[in-house]
Amino acid sequence: MLKTFKKGGVHPHENKFSANSPIQPIDPPQKIFVPLSQSLGAPSKPVVKKGDEVKAGDILATGESFISSYLHSPVSGKIENIDDFIDVSGYRKPAIFIEVTGSEWNASVNLSDELKEDITLEGASIIQKVKEMGVVGLGGATFPTHVKLMIPQGKKAELLIINGVECEPYLTSDHRLMLEKPREIITGTRILMKALGVTRAIIGIENNKPDAINLLSKHASSYPGIEVCPLRVKYPQGGEKQLIQALTGREVPSGKLPIEVGCIVQNVGTAFAVYQAVQKNRPLVERVVTVTGTNVLHPSNFLVKIGTPVSALLEKAGWQPEKAGKVIAGGPMMGKALLNADVPIVKGTSGILVLNGKESLRPKVQPCIRCAQCVSACPMGLEPYYLARVSEVEKFDLAENGAILDCIECGSCQYICPSARPLLDHIRLGKLKVNQIIRSRNQ
Amino acid sequence: MNPLIVSGSPHIHGEMTIKSIMWGVVIALLPAWLAGVWFFGIGAVIVTLVSIASCVLFEFLIQKFVLKQEPTVNDGSAVVTGLLLAMNVPSSLPWWQVVIGSLVAIGIVKMAFGGLGKNLFNPALIARVFLLISFPVTMTTWPLPIESRANVFNFDGVTGPTPLGTLKTQLAMGQTVAQIKLPSYTNLLWGNIGGSFGEVSAIALIIGGIYMLYRKIITWHIPVSFILTAFIFSGILCLVNPNRYADPVFHILAGGLLIGAIFMATDLVTSPMTAWGKIIFGIGCGVLTILIRVFGAYPEGVSFAILIMNAFVPLIDRAFKPKRFGEVK
Amino acid sequence: MNPSILYAVITLAVIGAGSGAILYWVASKFKVEEDPRIDTVAEALPQANCGGCGYAGCRNFAEAIVKTGSLDNLLCPVGGDEVMKRIASILGLEAPTMQPMIAVVRCNGSFQNSPSKFHYDGVKSCAFAHITFTGEGGCPFGCLGQGDCERACSFDAIHINPKTGLPEVNDKCTACGACVKACPRNIIEMRPKGKKDRRIFITCMNQEKGAIARKNCEAACIGCNKCVKECRFDAITVSNNLAYIDPHKCTLCRKCVEVCPTNCILEVNFPPRKRTTQSDSPAEITA
Repeated sequence: MLKTFKKGGVHPHENKFSANSPIQPIDPPQKIFVPLSQSLGAPSKPVVKKGDEVKAGDILATGESFISSYLHSPVSGKIENIDDFIDVSGYRKPAIFIEVTGSEWNASVNLSDELKEDITLEGASIIQKVKEMGVVGLGGATFPTHVKLMIPQGKKAELLIINGVECEPYLTSDHRLMLEKPREIITGTRILMKALGVTRAIIGIENNKPDAINLLSKHASSYPGIEVCPLRVKYPQGGEKQLIQALTGREVPSGKLPIEVGCIVQNVGTAFAVYQAVQKNRPLVERVVTVTGTNVLHPSNFLVKIGTPVSALLEKAGWQPEKAGKVIAGGPMMGKALLNADVPIVKGTSGILVLNGKESLRPKVQPCIRCAQCVSACPMGLEPYYLARVSEVEKFDLAENGAILDCIECGSCQYICPSARPLLDHIRLGKLKVNQIIRSRNQ
Repeated sequence: MNPLIVSGSPHIHGEMTIKSIMWGVVIALLPAWLAGVWFFGIGAVIVTLVSIASCVLFEFLIQKFVLKQEPTVNDGSAVVTGLLLAMNVPSSLPWWQVVIGSLVAIGIVKMAFGGLGKNLFNPALIARVFLLISFPVTMTTWPLPIESRANVFNFDGVTGPTPLGTLKTQLAMGQTVAQIKLPSYTNLLWGNIGGSFGEVSAIALIIGGIYMLYRKIITWHIPVSFILTAFIFSGILCLVNPNRYADPVFHILAGGLLIGAIFMATDLVTSPMTAWGKIIFGIGCGVLTILIRVFGAYPEGVSFAILIMNAFVPLIDRAFKPKRFGEVK
Repeated sequence: MNPSILYAVITLAVIGAGSGAILYWVASKFKVEEDPRIDTVAEALPQANCGGCGYAGCRNFAEAIVKTGSLDNLLCPVGGDEVMKRIASILGLEAPTMQPMIAVVRCNGSFQNSPSKFHYDGVKSCAFAHITFTGEGGCPFGCLGQGDCERACSFDAIHINPKTGLPEVNDKCTACGACVKACPRNIIEMRPKGKKDRRIFITCMNQEKGAIARKNCEAACIGCNKCVKECRFDAITVSNNLAYIDPHKCTLCRKCVEVCPTNCILEVNFPPRKRTTQSDSPAEITA
C-alpha cells in the first residue's frame, strides 16, 4: 500500500511529455534582466551600479532584512541599467539589466564536474554559506533557505524531508534532476542534515517516477539515515503539509509551520543548489526549467540562467505562437498566466507551459448544484463552495471563521467543480481581505 | 500573435460536468427502468415519455417566457427529474396526471425556488406526494406484473395491492405477520411484485447504485446509513414482536426504500454537503420511514421521510462541518 | 338556536376579547418612548435605504437628525436639497445648501484608446482582476471593466458601455458613494455637479512617466504641465506625472481642454465647438 495524504486530492492527467528529455543548457541572449525581488520577503538591495563590469557569480544585490536573499550575476557582462521591467502581472518592478558579453566566472567558484562528497563545513558555517550563495526554495515558494535552516527557539528538528514529488502535471524538472544528478542530491541532503543536526531524512517521490525512485534508493543505501519513500500519485501530494502527513502521519497545526511537528521540508532542486553552494562555492544563478505543453513541438528541460527571457526558451522548444492561448509560469494547477513572453526566468520558475487557444478558455460557469465534489477534493478539509460564496457577498467574518486562511490555493476545488465555478478566484480575494482585516485589527 | 489569455489558476479543468453527472444518473436508472418495462409493459414506457417530455417542455417554457433567461434544458437535469418522477408512480397513471406532476416538480419545486441548485425539496418527490394527495385513487391503483409476455400492450392489466399495502391492511384486520401471504424474497429481489414501476426491482436498483458510486456521482454515506438504520430499527421491532412487525429484510426489499435510499435521498441539490451530515441525514430518513410504515396511516413512508429530512438539510450543513487539516481546538 | 353553537360563539368571543385586552395592555406597557418627530422626518426621506448618508437606512438617519438637533454635516444625497429643506422646516432648523455631487469616472482607457493586449478569462470581478494583472489594456491604473461599480449601484445609475468597456454615469446618480468604494483602483470620484450640470476633470489616473503611460493608452495624462500653465485660476496641479483639477477653483472656462495634447481632459454637458486638435476626442458622454 503506497503512502498518501488522507483527505481530498484530485487526479489530473499527468501529461509528462518531457520526462525523457535530458537537461540541455541554453545560452542566454544578449540582454538579461535580473529582478530584485526573487524570493519571499523584502527585495534585495543592489550593490552594483550602471556601467559596472561583472563576472558570473559576482554579487549583484544583498539581502538586508531577516527574510531576504542575495542575488548573483548569472553571466559576465556590463550593468546596463537598474530600471523597471514589466513582471508577470504587468506591473512594473525593479530589475538589474545586464548586457551579456560571455560566461566568465568569478575565480572563487569551483567549475569542475568532480563529485565532492566530503562535507568539511560545520552546521553554522553551512547556513552562512547557503545565505551568501543566495539559495532559496526552488519548489516555487522561494523562501530563503538559510532562514528555514535556522530553527526558532524552543523548537526541535527531528526529520528532514526532501520533496521530489513534482505533483503538478506537465512539469519534469525535478524528475530529470534526480535522474541526472542523484549523488549530488544525496550529498546536498547530507549537508542539510548536518546543518539541521538531524540524523534522519526521507526523500518523497511520486510513484510515476520509478526510475528516479530506484536510482536514488541505490545511492541512498550507503547512508542509513536517508530513506527513499514512493508515494501514491495524487495532487497535491507535493504540498508540504500533505507530504508531511503522508510520510509521518503528523498534521501541521493550522497557522503553524512544519517545524511545529519537527519536520523541515526542502525541494530536491534546493538540495542540489545547496550542494553547489557548499561544495563548489557556486551561487544560485541557474536552474532547470521544463518547457512543455500541447503547443510546444519539442517539450524539453533546459538549464537556464536566471534573467533569461521566457521567449528564448519558447523559441528553442519550438512553440507555435499563432495557436497559443496561455503561457503559464509554473504548473497548470498553481502557475501564473503570463501577459507576454518577455518576462525573465527567476529562481522560482520551475516550468513554462504553453496551452493551445481552445484548451485555455474556461468552461461556461453554471449554478452550484451542491454536489459537494469540492468538499471531497479539498486537501485541507475546508468547504470551498461556502468560502467562495461568503467571500463573494463580502461576509468576511464568516470566511475567517470558516478557516479560509488555511487554504493552500492548490486549485483542486475549482478543477473538480462540474459547474466550472471560479471558487479559487473568490477564495483568493477573501483571503486577501481577511488578512487585511486581521492586520488592521492588530494595530 | 494572438493576445494571450490571462486568468487565475488553476488553468486546467476536470472532466466532470453537470451534463456528465446527469447522464450518469440516467444510465444508473436504466436497469431499474428496463425491469419496470419488463414487468409492467407499455404503460411504463408511456408514463416515462410523457413525464420526461413535460418536464423538459415546462422548464424550457418557464425559463424562456416567464424568467426571460437562456433555457438550460441541455444540462439534462429536467430529464433526470422526469425519469425519476415516472419511476415513482404506477405505470397505469393517466397521462394528464403525469403532466400535472411534472408541472409541480419543475414549475413549483424547482423554478419557483430559483432554478437549478436552489430548490430546497426533491422535485420528483414533492410531485409524487402532490399526486398522491390529489389523485389518491389512480395513485394507489397498482398494476400487477404482466402474467405473460403476450400482454405487453394490454392496458387492462390486473391490479392489486403492493406488498406493503397487503401488510398494512391485513395487520389492521387482526392477522399476524406469519399469516399474511407476502411475496417471496426472490420476487421482491427481482421485482415481480406490484408497485411504482421503478421501485420494484431491488437488484436492478442496487446495480445502478454501484454504477453511481463507481462514477463518483454519489458517496456511500446516505444509502448505507439509510438502509442500515431502517434495517436495525425494523429488526429491533421485529425481535420485540414478530407477530406485528415484519422482518427487516422484507422492509428493505419492499416498497420504495431502495429507490429512495439510492436515487432520491442522494439527490445532490437537496442532500447535505459533508460526510457526517450525510450519515445523520440517512439515519433520519431510515427512522422516519419505518415509523411511518409501522405506526402511520400510510403503508409507505419513504417519500415523506426524505422530504422531512430535506427540510433539515440547511441546519445539518451548519452543524456538521468536515474535519479540518491541522485543526487547533 | 342549537345551544352548542351558542356556547361556541360565546367561548370564541370571550377568547377574542380577552386576547385583545392582553395585547392592548402589553403594547401600552412595553411601548418604546420615541420622539414623534422621528416618524415625521423618516417619512420625508426617500426610503431608499442606500446608506449614502452614512447611516444604516433612512430611519436610522432620521433618529440621528432628531437626536443631534442640527443639520450640520448631514445630507441625504438621494433626496438632495429639497428633502433637507423639508426636514429643516419640520424641525425648525436652518438647512445648509449643499452642493449637489455626482460620480465621475476618471479613466478614458476605452477599447479604442487602450486596445486589449490580452484576453481576461477569469471571474468577472474588478477586485480579482486587479490583483491578478494590470488589465487588458495594460495600464496598471486604468479601468478593468468587469463591472464592480455597476453591481454596487442601487440606483441603476452606472453601467459599463459594451462598446468602450468603460462605466458611464447617468442622471439617476445620487452620489451615495457605493461605486467609489467598489472600485479597487479609486477611479471614480465624487465631484460637484457644477453650474448648469457642467464639469471638467482629468480622465486619467496614471502616475507613470509620460512615455510609459502612452505605451498602453493614447488618452493618458503625460504630466506635461501645459494645462497648469494655461489655467488662469490656479485650479490645476500636477504631481506624480498626473494632473488634477480642483473643482472648487475651476470656473469651467475650458482653456485647459483645448491645450491638452492627449485629450485627456473631459468637458461634460458643454455645447459643442470647433476642435483645434485632432486625434481621439474623449467619448461623447452626457453625464
